[in-house]
Parts: sequence; structure tokens; C-alpha cells
Amino acid sequence: MKLKTAFALLALVGMTGVAHAQLSGGVLKIGVLNDQSGLYADVTGQGSVIAARMAVEDFKAESKGIKVEIVFADHQNKPDVGSALVRQWIDRDGVDVIADVPTSSVALAVNEIVKEKNKVFLVSGAASAALTGNACTPNTVHWTYDNWALANGTAKAIVAAGGDSWYFLTADYAFGHDLEAQVAAVVKAANGRVVGAVRHPLSTPDFSSFLLQAQASKAKVIGLANAGGDTINSIKQAGEFGISKGGQKLAGLLIFITDVHALGLPTAQGLQFTESFYWDRNDASRDFAKRLAPQVKGNHPTMIHAGVYASVLHLLKAVEATKTDDGAKVVAKMKEMPTDDPLFGKGVIREDGRKIHDMFLFEAKAPAESKGPWDYYKLVRTIPAAEAFRPLNEGGCSLVKKG
Amino acid sequence: MDFFGIPPQALFGQLLLGLINGAFYAMLSLGLAVIFGMLNIINFTHGAQYMMGAFAAYFLLQYTGLGYWWALLVAPIVVGITGMVIERLMLRHLYKLDHLYGLLLTFGLALIIQGLFQNEFGSSGLPYRIPPELTGGQNLGFMFLPNYRAWVVVVSLAICLATWFVIERTKLGSYLRAATENPALVQAFGINVPRMITLTYGAGVALAAFAGVLAAPIYQVSPLMGSNLIIIVFAVVVIGGMGSIMGAIVTGFGLGLIEGLTKVFYPQASATVIFVIMAIVLLIKPAGLFGRAR
Repeated sequence: MKLKTAFALLALVGMTGVAHAQLSGGVLKIGVLNDQSGLYADVTGQGSVIAARMAVEDFKAESKGIKVEIVFADHQNKPDVGSALVRQWIDRDGVDVIADVPTSSVALAVNEIVKEKNKVFLVSGAASAALTGNACTPNTVHWTYDNWALANGTAKAIVAAGGDSWYFLTADYAFGHDLEAQVAAVVKAANGRVVGAVRHPLSTPDFSSFLLQAQASKAKVIGLANAGGDTINSIKQAGEFGISKGGQKLAGLLIFITDVHALGLPTAQGLQFTESFYWDRNDASRDFAKRLAPQVKGNHPTMIHAGVYASVLHLLKAVEATKTDDGAKVVAKMKEMPTDDPLFGKGVIREDGRKIHDMFLFEAKAPAESKGPWDYYKLVRTIPAAEAFRPLNEGGCSLVKKG
Repeated sequence: MDFFGIPPQALFGQLLLGLINGAFYAMLSLGLAVIFGMLNIINFTHGAQYMMGAFAAYFLLQYTGLGYWWALLVAPIVVGITGMVIERLMLRHLYKLDHLYGLLLTFGLALIIQGLFQNEFGSSGLPYRIPPELTGGQNLGFMFLPNYRAWVVVVSLAICLATWFVIERTKLGSYLRAATENPALVQAFGINVPRMITLTYGAGVALAAFAGVLAAPIYQVSPLMGSNLIIIVFAVVVIGGMGSIMGAIVTGFGLGLIEGLTKVFYPQASATVIFVIMAIVLLIKPAGLFGRAR
């Protein structure tokens, strides 16, 4: 009996030894890079780090001979800080995979470095569709959502409901510009008009001046091409200035559940927005929320947290299959294998790095409809995977074969 | 008639909004000016104390049921007391040293306080509603003015002028100013200077907390709300002249207006325009617009 156990142990050690041999440094190091202290800290932050750890646990990586280590850092939403951290991680600390990275300007900078160093980049937090468009690389997978999908989901529904003239409040950096452009394209394609836009600096406390300009534009819809704290303040102050009472409709183009929580349903009710995940959608998502929430002061997971979980899980499957941590090879495997995880279901990763799954158009409930804490969304429409994302040949990605 | 392509109605609206933001700058820079003028401490904790004021309002509502009006009274007192504790325990030891030490200590404190709040409450902030008496607004023809914003301008103007009056025109104020010039002499007349300094710091902090309560219904009650504002407020104080009470009030409102105009003509620069002005003022008049060179 004892001998048997010893043999089993020996075999196990041997197996892990084999796997180790192919991983640089004997360990797969995943670096979660996001905003740990600023306006996107609730949307990404520690929740993403914990989600990555949960994926490693659920995959039972250790028992499959893959030793995984997770590190994290705060990029402060600054591309220079993010780039320096990633270089240091890769060159000095042997990090193999960079995950999450909200703030598109930072993600685009990291995207280049990861390609140059042949590592893996799992984007969940960033929104710029350029990551799978003209900036696409063989090392990047963009999981959760992108600006094209948001525009396609939310703007289409609003234009169809009669909101055919738009004015934008746009965060003045890569993400905001990209989102504004994507939405404007959708609006114009549906014979709508864009009457104007105002660019505000990131992390603006007071939006009244911009809201007044939007009000004066007489546009039917005011599109908020911003995120996090900026969106919260815009919506809150729009209520104060009687924007919706004046007949204009607010379109939150990127809204997370933590934003709705912070606003409270009395202010947020009726907002429509597009997401790829809601915690109360099925048993698996509820279970995920139940495990994650207590570790982040009760905050329920955002779609970004879900995306980090699912992308790390799929990465581990690819690493197990290829037995390497060579960036391009692992990503090629990730694209080759169909995806299947508890939070996003079955899906695929396209050759441009775009993960394809259903998106959902949600509406924030009225306070009377909400049955308890965090019961905030009702589903308006499921946008099937086939129409949820930008068609492969329209992105301008060089990895896509013309023909 | 348009001004550079902007219709006059829109311009009036923006100027009014600038005035409202200016009210916050004025209230906060006033507290800073009082503290610097009397204690020679550059109080970098001011932003955090403003944030604490807003949180105090939130806690009062959440846990004791005391609404906005009570919060306006209670929050400044509570936060002011925490300020006095800080003064007694820490700042007191720094008065004889260079300004830099006070700045470093208060900056560190601000980071610690902000970090603790962020750790506990996250970054998205907590909702706080406008009191029912002040919801709704007036249609002024050229813009829709929410009642609450009108209230903010009126009340902060009143507080600013009252503070100026107390310091520049009353006996108490004259003691304070004398104690700044020559503490030993004032002490010799039988006035308890250390206690007066503690109370002054408390009052300066209470002003920040008061501004925080005023801000709570407009902005989210968020750990980051102070750090967004404090740098601008410092620029206001530098432009107005360190320690000048009237300078802080006038520049606070004035820069609010200028920022408001920038938001119309070139919104991208609205976060930087105040610093451009600061640089120009420092080059031309290093003591600030209303400051006296010491």
C-alpha cells in the first residue's frame, strides 16, 4: 500500500517535472494589471485579481502540473506607468501573461510590448475595438466586450426607439474617442444625426457645464462616451439639471453594475446599456458572485471580473494542451480550441483575437421592481453572438486573410 | 449677437455654473488660507477633510437618520474635532520647523485617510440625495438652474464673508492676527495662544467639512472627491496669495468663472487652465494677486 502511494507520488512529481520543463522559470506567472486606486478600481481592481485566482483554483492547475503564480499592480490609468510596469514584469520578474488592463490608452501601449516580447495579453477591462482592429497582434485576446459591441447593442436600440439625433459627452482619451466614433457610425448608419460632442478630461468632478451644452444642442439623445466615476457623475448631475424632464434621453454607453449600485436605482432606473455578463443570469453566474462578492466588500462582480475569470481559465486549458508558455503558440491554441466556461458559455476566439459570445441589452430596474440588494437589471434583448461583434473583415486586422 | 460663435444665453449659463464651482474653490481655499495665515502650516489634508465632511453627512443619514440640514451643522463639528486632535498630537511639533515639514506630514495624512476610506468604501462612491426642500429648479430663460446649486452659491458666499469679517473686523480676529505676528507678546497679555491655534485649525478644517457636506448631493460621496479638488484649490490659494483671506475668496470665484469659460471654448483644457494662470501669476507677482511679500 505504502509502496503504491510512493509510486503514485513519484509519478506525480515526474509529471509536474515534465510540464515545468517547458514553462520558463518553471511557473506560469500571470500579471493582473489594472486600476487599483482610481475611478476604475471598483470595476476592475482587486475583483479582477481574485477572479484570476478563482480561475486557477477551479482549473485545479496544480494537480495538472502547472504551477501558477498571480501578481498584480496599479497602472493608475497612465500609459507610461503601465508600460514601465509591464516591461519590468516581463524582463525582470518573468511574467508570462498580462491580464485585464482597463483604460484603452494603457491597453494599447501594453499590447505593443507584449507582442514585442512574445507573451500573452488577455484583455478584459479595455474597450477599444482597435485591439482587434488595426492594432491586433498574434499575442492578444480581447475577451469581455468592446466599443463596437457597446455601440451596436445600445445605440441601435435607442435609434430604433426614435432617438435619432445625438450629442456626446466624451472622455478625452483613446477609449472615449473610439466609443464616440463607433456609436456615431451606428447612428449614421441608421439615418440618425450627430449634432455635436464635447470632450471632457478624465476624472472630471463637475459635468454641469457640459450638460448645459448638451441641453442647448437640442439633441434627442445625450450619449455618455465615458466610464466609471465620470459616468456616475454625469448621470447624477443630468438628473439635477432636469435633462430627462426636458425630453432628452441619456444613453450610458458603458455602464457597470457597480455604477448602478453607486447611483442607486432611483437615479439609474430606465437606463439601457449593453453588457456581456450579469451576476443574476443563471446558476453559474450566481455562484460566481457568491464566491467573489465577500472578498470585495460585497460588491457584485462586473463583466470585467467575469472576463478575467473566463479568459484565464481558457488560457490554462491552452497551456495544458501546448505545454509551453510561448506567447504566440499559446494564443494560437486558444483560438483553435472552442471556449467553454461557466460564465460565458460556449464560444470561439476569432483569428483577430476577438472572443465571440452573446451580448445583452439590459435596463436598470425601477426601485419597486428590485427584490433585494444588487437586484438591478432586467434583460431587454439578447444580442446573439453572430451579430454582437464587428464582422471579421471590417476591423482592418492584418492577421485576417483577405479573400 | 454671438460671442465667438457662442450665443449669449449659453455664455450666461456657463458663467453662472463657473460661479457655482467657484463657490467650492472659495470655501476650500478660504480654509487653507486661514490655516496658513494663522498657523503657517500648508494643510494638504484639506481635501481629505472635505471628503470626510461628505462621508460624515452620509453616515449621519445612514446610521442616525439625521438629514442634510443637521449634517450641515454636525459634520463640520465632528470633522473639526478630528482636526483639533491632529493639531494637538502632530502639527504642534512642527511650528518651529520649515513649512516643508508641515506639508509632508499633512500630505502623508491625506494619503492615509484617503487610502483607508477607499479600502473600506471602494472608488465608485455612495449616493446622497438632494434634500427635498431644494430639489427642482428655476428656468431662467437662458438656462435651467437647479435650486440646490443656487443654494450652494448663496450659502458659501455668506460663509466666506462671515469668515472674512470675523478675522479682519472683530476683536477675536485681531487677537488671532496678533498671535501670528508675535505669539510671545500676545501670550504675555494673558491670551492662551496654543488653544487659540488649535481652535483656528479646527475652524479651518470645519470649513472644509462644510464644503464637503454641500458637495455631497452634487458629486458622489467618494474617497477620491477631495484629491480631485485639492490640487486646484492649492493653485487658487497660490494665485490669490498664501494666507490672504480676501484673496482666497475673490480668486476662488474668479477662477471658477474662468474655468467655466474654458469649458465652453476649449473643454479639453478645462483641467489645466487654472495651472496656466498660476504659472503666469507666479512669474509676474510671486506673492500672489492679493499677497504681501514677507
